[in-house]
Amino acid sequence: MNDYVIPEKLRVVGTTPIRPDGHDKVTGRAKFGDDFHLPGMLHGKVLRSPHAHARIKSIDTSHAETFPGVHAVVTAADFPKISSNVIDAGEAGQIDMQDVADNCIAREKVFYDGHAVAAVAADNAHIAEEAANLIQVDYELLDPVMDVRSAMADNATVLHDNFLPGAFLAPTEKALPNASKLELAMGDVSAGFDEADIIIEREFTTETVHQGYIETHIVTAQWGANGMVTVWTTTQGQFAIRDQLALVLELPMSAITVIPLEIGGGFGGKDSIYIDPLAVVLSKQSGRPVKMVMSRAETLRATGPSSGTYIKARLGVKIDGTLVAAEFHGAYEAGAYSGGPVAPGVSTALTRYNIPNVKIEGYDVLVNKPKVKPYRAPGATPSNFAVETMIDELCRELKLDPVEFRLHNALKTGDRLVLGFPCPEIGGVEILKAVQNHAHYQSDIGGPHRGRGLAYGFWFGAGLPSSADLMVNSDGTVQLCSGSPDMSGTRITLAMQAAEALGIEPNDIFPSVGDTASVGYSFQTVASRTTFATGIAVYQAAQDILAQMAERAALIWQIATDNILIDGGRFVNKTNVQQCFTFKELAGKLVGTGGPIAARALASPEGVGFQITAHLVDLAVDTETGKVDILRYTAFQDAGKAVHPDFVEGQIQGGTVQGIGWALNEEYFYDGAGHLKNTSLLDYRMPTILDVPNIEAVILERPNPGHPYGVRGVGEVPIVPPAAAIANALYDAVGIRMNTLPMTPAKILDKLNSITD
Amino acid sequence: MNRQQVTATINGEHKEFLCEPRQSLLEVLRDELFLTGTKEGCNDGNCGSCNVILDGTLVNSCCIFGVEANGGHITTIEGLSKGNELHPLQQTFLEGTGMQCGFCTPGFLIAASALLDENSEPTEEEIRHWLVGNLCRCTGYDKIVKAVQDAALILRERAL
Amino acid sequence: MRNFDYKLPTSLNELTDMLSHGGHTARLLAGGTDLVVAMRGGRMTPEVVIDTKHVEELNELSFNDHTMILGASVTCRKVCRNPQIVKHFPALIDCATLIGGTQIQNRATLGGNLCNAAPSADTIPALIVLKAQANICGPHGSRQVPVETFCTGPGQTILEGNEILVSFSIPLPREHEGAFFIRFIPRNDMDIAIANAAASIVIASSGETIIEGRVAIGAVAPTPLYVSDVEPVLSGRPIADDVIAQAADIARQSARPITDMRGTVDQRKHLTHVLVRRALNGAVNRARGND
Ligand SMILES: Cc1cc2nc3c(=O)[nH]c(=O)nc-3n(C[C@H](O)[C@H](O)[C@H](O)COP(=O)(O)OP(=O)(O)OC[C@H]3O[C@@H](n4cnc5c(N)ncnc54)[C@H](O)[C@@H]3O)c2cc1C
Ligand code: FES
Ligand code: FES
Repeated sequence: MNDYVIPEKLRVVGTTPIRPDGHDKVTGRAKFGDDFHLPGMLHGKVLRSPHAHARIKSIDTSHAETFPGVHAVVTAADFPKISSNVIDAGEAGQIDMQDVADNCIAREKVFYDGHAVAAVAADNAHIAEEAANLIQVDYELLDPVMDVRSAMADNATVLHDNFLPGAFLAPTEKALPNASKLELAMGDVSAGFDEADIIIEREFTTETVHQGYIETHIVTAQWGANGMVTVWTTTQGQFAIRDQLALVLELPMSAITVIPLEIGGGFGGKDSIYIDPLAVVLSKQSGRPVKMVMSRAETLRATGPSSGTYIKARLGVKIDGTLVAAEFHGAYEAGAYSGGPVAPGVSTALTRYNIPNVKIEGYDVLVNKPKVKPYRAPGATPSNFAVETMIDELCRELKLDPVEFRLHNALKTGDRLVLGFPCPEIGGVEILKAVQNHAHYQSDIGGPHRGRGLAYGFWFGAGLPSSADLMVNSDGTVQLCSGSPDMSGTRITLAMQAAEALGIEPNDIFPSVGDTASVGYSFQTVASRTTFATGIAVYQAAQDILAQMAERAALIWQIATDNILIDGGRFVNKTNVQQCFTFKELAGKLVGTGGPIAARALASPEGVGFQITAHLVDLAVDTETGKVDILRYTAFQDAGKAVHPDFVEGQIQGGTVQGIGWALNEEYFYDGAGHLKNTSLLDYRMPTILDVPNIEAVILERPNPGHPYGVRGVGEVPIVPPAAAIANALYDAVGIRMNTLPMTPAKILDKLNSITD
Repeated sequence: MNRQQVTATINGEHKEFLCEPRQSLLEVLRDELFLTGTKEGCNDGNCGSCNVILDGTLVNSCCIFGVEANGGHITTIEGLSKGNELHPLQQTFLEGTGMQCGFCTPGFLIAASALLDENSEPTEEEIRHWLVGNLCRCTGYDKIVKAVQDAALILRERAL
Repeated sequence: MRNFDYKLPTSLNELTDMLSHGGHTARLLAGGTDLVVAMRGGRMTPEVVIDTKHVEELNELSFNDHTMILGASVTCRKVCRNPQIVKHFPALIDCATLIGGTQIQNRATLGGNLCNAAPSADTIPALIVLKAQANICGPHGSRQVPVETFCTGPGQTILEGNEILVSFSIPLPREHEGAFFIRFIPRNDMDIAIANAAASIVIASSGETIIEGRVAIGAVAPTPLYVSDVEPVLSGRPIADDVIAQAADIARQSARPITDMRGTVDQRKHLTHVLVRRALNGAVNRARGND
């Protein structure tokens, strides 16, 4: 792991230049997934299962095939049975690619309402839809398993006779017919609880939620005459899409080019294939390019939501407020195939406190819902909700100030983590002190049925592979190409880091996102990693550029390269300081001195800076209706170094508002037969502009030594504490302890009635 | 197929095209006229991504049939700037980072421009009420509200 | 979506002709905010769609000494911006400003809201307490019915083959009359009511006694419900919390809600009580002139 010497003064990092892609986005010119057209393009539509769990007895596509305007119809029979299906995901475990393929198009069984069964390509989307509805599928209905506890019960209907425990952060082992398990421990829990003066044990449930990106899933595929495949799509990772496509279609990875278009939000949900292989095979069969657009209902029914959970936790504390023992049991929905976010969910449940004796148990549970996908700090919101509301309860029981209590127990740099290694540089104490000193914390709430809540949140973030190319042009401008799709301004945050490193202005850097044929391998834009990890790749490429340019200066001046001083974008001859080139001047001399200069860096940095945050919320409750009104909200977060403070603020505000939605109203509503009922944005209730106040973001900067400018990821942790903060404020306001998400008006009303009855 | 002839003025230009009655105005703009700045987020009136101004009023183009626009005057995001000169809203969304992914942005810009056409000095409350039919999942809305306020100020100063 | 024929009549006669030729697979299009969405979802599959936007009678908005005529195809936007409606019928403004966001209000019509006949439709309770009459025109002539009798079930109305709703006739408020509409939704806007309620009240010039009161509730029965039993409880009684609570009790008892993804039976009954009480208090305030 690298420890960088972070410059005290930064010239570009920390400023707020305008993003270069912004102009196209405010004028409507930016090309998102559906804005891409090819001549002769067909439109594909999917026939989806109306059942949550059923065996496919037969599929009759004949009426669709003869429908005027139809060019191709596919079912699972048109896809290969994958020969080498088990993929090694390193320390995380293994992935079964047959599961990935079957999730795209059901083979023997359908596992959730909305599971794809067949697809049609036709002259236009209306015809494709009409034709898809003519496909007749004969199903044998099976009992649906709709929540983790019934899936884990004795005699539960079994989804898969065999399954490979999925991979996400840490491996799990098959433990039950529908579940696999993971255990973590530190110290001696029973001794720890013996030491405790107060022990509380609580249970929690949370519902399935969706990432809710406003652009749905869209893909256009073209099967070339020579067997080369080109795919244009809206994704968080062009390489992930390429690799998954190659594996499920049994094609060479190099034969597929995935071109990332602009992406209208992802939040973790656009990192894998759904309609992509269908479009490719429809294109192969029809000989024409095929575009497929998922409707909003399809997106809600059949793409990665985040897990509903059942949690049981026990905390032991001494009378002075020292946490001495904790037990945490979390059962997370995996959806129809294994591999949900249980590992990060349970392993972040307690991390932010230094508790000596800990036992953690997590279950990855198969249920008849779509296969879950990461959603911003995957798994952490439910576990944080459980633990932070219990901490609040302990604070009240012990009559301790909630900030003081957390300060007393805060995880500090070097403390041992339950994952087995010491905690890297972390600014938790600073965050908590910032809360104490803030006007919000010191203000009066005023008014009846109003309350204030605090919650403290943690998330790991990740490094993972990233690539960046830099090329210096003779006019001194620099092209920057990375493999990281830009979801929220990372073109500019990467360009700023290049400009900082090269000693030039950010508007002399022209950033772009490369396709899989033109740039080095990059992992997806996920896990708050782009500005951090791809930033390091950019930094390394920039160092390479500077070294190569120094060599050219040395060549021109006929001196040893060691004698070149690089200082703020200038190349100086140390032996004759009169001799000096600006970056631009030297760039103009490259062609004549050996040709243009380019550099590529592939980085897989390990010095990930943990994300730590505290959220403070004031709210009012209408005790007659159960309606909650958020009055004031402040989020305190350590950014390490905010490369572009406006975007950091934006990440905090956006993530917080998603967390507020999760806390109050968002949930998948299934009927008894396993049909998803709320498949529109009218009934899947994400916060509107009237539901939230301004989220005040307080950014602290405790540099991460694992990044040359001190950057740590910022994108994910804001979604972690809102649910707990709101639950704690509800207690403060009206004296009710909520143990389920979402905390809808109906549930709040029930709780209010139960305490007054 | 029963395609019908439709004539409309779109961003100041006279356009004639054929469309099927079942095609929404959104489909017509995007698929027939290749004006892809107007987006589809829900296709049922709940997100505002498809906003255009039809005969002076803000509408969801996904809830209108293309044939209904016959004889109409339509402004889409492509018509908001005057040539290369950005509308003050476009300027403030850009400078004030009123967008992250930018997918909801055309809808918000069109909706906000309709607001500023009617109300040159909207309060925060009025802005939030007006924009409630536009969903953004990235920003948490604050920077959008500020960008609208800033643009209103620019427009007022210009009017002096 | 299945394809269809689109027609744009310019007179009521032309419209009724087209309707009779379109047979029972024809549907009227006003703002389209229900129809287009229903057609896209396959819940409605008309072969002919007849646009009402150019038919004068359906777009009329006029006042005479005693009555407002409100065409079925007048948009919520027009309603909200009409100074006379703002003055005389604030309860209509209450509900018309709640339907969807700005964009939906710019298209959605009160006629569409009524003919769509959703149990949760937000303008219907207000129309009921305002004693609106629905003016219907059909092949066998015209008729007028009170709005409370118009809806017969979810999505069902009393309109018979080829009949259409032309307009509403709404009596102008008397002296010391006030009306109010309120709904409950989980978010602050853009939601379907879990329950809603409207009330109108006429009080004596003293400001202390109720002369007449009407209550209607929604989303708690197969159709919006006029709660006629409230009237005897209110008329002649003093304006007092217990009187209003009694009326709210009756409304709660009349509610016959179901449990669905938006709300439960108990929650809806409880909300009916709360909303009716708030609507009555709001109406009293307006009747007293302190809005
Ligand atoms: C995002 C969104 C939010 C919404 N929010 C609300 C809300 O908060 N509250 C609420 O109550 N509704 C809401 N709605 C539903 C809808 O907007 C309203 O019901 C609206 O009033 C319908 O009016 P319209 O003119 O658009 O009707 P249309 O869709 O044009 O017509 C509705 C139905 O009535 C029929 N019809 C129309 N005019 C006549 C006539 N003159 N005679 C006979 N039949 C006729 C049509 O054939 C159709 O079946 C919402 C809809 C959307 C898309
Ligand atoms: S696409 Fe029209 S409102 Fe969402
Ligand atoms: S910026 Fe992404 S949805 Fe608004």
